[in-house]
Amino acid sequence: MNCQQARLLIDAYADGELDATGVLELEKHLHECPACELAFRNAQNLKKSLKQDSLFFTAPAGLQQKLKAEFRPQTEIRLRSGIWKWFAAATAGVAVICLALLLSLALTRPSAQQQLAQEIVSSHIRSLMANHEMDVASSDQHTVKPWFDGKLDFSPPVKDLAAQGFPLIGGRLDFLDQRAVAALVFHRAKHVINVFIWPTTERDSRPAVLAPINGYNLIHWSRGGMTFWAASDLNEKELMEFVQDFGPD
Amino acid sequence: MDERERLKSFEQTVLPHLDAAYNLARWLAGNDHDAQDVVQEACLRALKFFGGFRGENARAWLLTIVRNTFYTWLRNNRRPDNFVELSDEVLAVEDVSVNADILNSRLGDAEAVRRAVEQLPVEFREIVILREMEGFSYKEIAEVADVPIGTVMSRLTRARRQLQKRLTGEFKPGDTP
Repeated sequence: MNCQQARLLIDAYADGELDATGVLELEKHLHECPACELAFRNAQNLKKSLKQDSLFFTAPAGLQQKLKAEFRPQTEIRLRSGIWKWFAAATAGVAVICLALLLSLALTRPSAQQQLAQEIVSSHIRSLMANHEMDVASSDQHTVKPWFDGKLDFSPPVKDLAAQGFPLIGGRLDFLDQRAVAALVFHRAKHVINVFIWPTTERDSRPAVLAPINGYNLIHWSRGGMTFWAASDLNEKELMEFVQDFGPD
Repeated sequence: MDERERLKSFEQTVLPHLDAAYNLARWLAGNDHDAQDVVQEACLRALKFFGGFRGENARAWLLTIVRNTFYTWLRNNRRPDNFVELSDEVLAVEDVSVNADILNSRLGDAEAVRRAVEQLPVEFREIVILREMEGFSYKEIAEVADVPIGTVMSRLTRARRQLQKRLTGEFKPGDTP
């Protein structure tokens, strides 16, 4: 073995990684070669110096606890419970939002009668705007009443009130409260009065004036299994006169 | 296995080697903050892959993950000039000789040794740490560092030569490691 070969094996020898044959040959050379012997001792000393305790970094005190805290959520159990917690929180959140929405809807939702009143006014306005006051134009109640036959599943009371200053103009089919209803059209001067009529299970009730909607006055009553809604831009007093004339009975 | 037992088993496997993991990460990353990040990330990876651990050598297994995590971290956080492309060629005899008296006087200076190790290219440094501080065999080092045993030997030899030269002040920046 020459020096070139020896230098390649010195580190492995110092590390105890040289095979038996290599050890024998190298040791023989080191006995004979002071330079390689010195190189070997240098390697040994360097190795020893690298094992000094002060070169070894010890994990900081908090690291282990930090890691343990990190591990927990990583395990599936925690993951699952985490998902459930999240799910529960989300569900609770959604429930709260739903409740709040329902509550606000309940608080702001108009009553069924208010809704219907709004619907009636809309229908009244539509009849005026679309120039569609009536499907059957007749001041003759005996013409108007039969016209509804076959178009409705009930027979609305029809009367001409021309004598009272509210001439019957005609009749029309309309759709309110999710059903087909009869609409009678009367005039007072240039004002139009729509009377909407359909069957009801409500008990008879005296004419009641509702709060005006969009400037239109509304009077509602029930009689004999029919519900009546009178809508007009006519003032409340005259509209009530009309209702009295139309007659709750 | 119950998840709680699995975690317990994992902690019993990994936590005894936390100092070794931190030491390697600290030497590779160069500072405490990054070392802790690397160890933390490595341990989470280890937990994830714990099912693949066969129970042979927990320390080597963990240090392999620490090392790989470090290189991932290095790629994401460092400028590429910290990478030194190494050629593992055979050393010339004359390069191995150093002034033994100066060397021996410096070897007792822990700070000087520390600086010398810190200045090693990272590919040399990791092998020195695994060999001298962890006492890993060449075979174990080869597995952890994912290089052939011959490369481990070659890098160790060159790392030691460079350490000696740095300690004796013979190392010139232009020298190939």
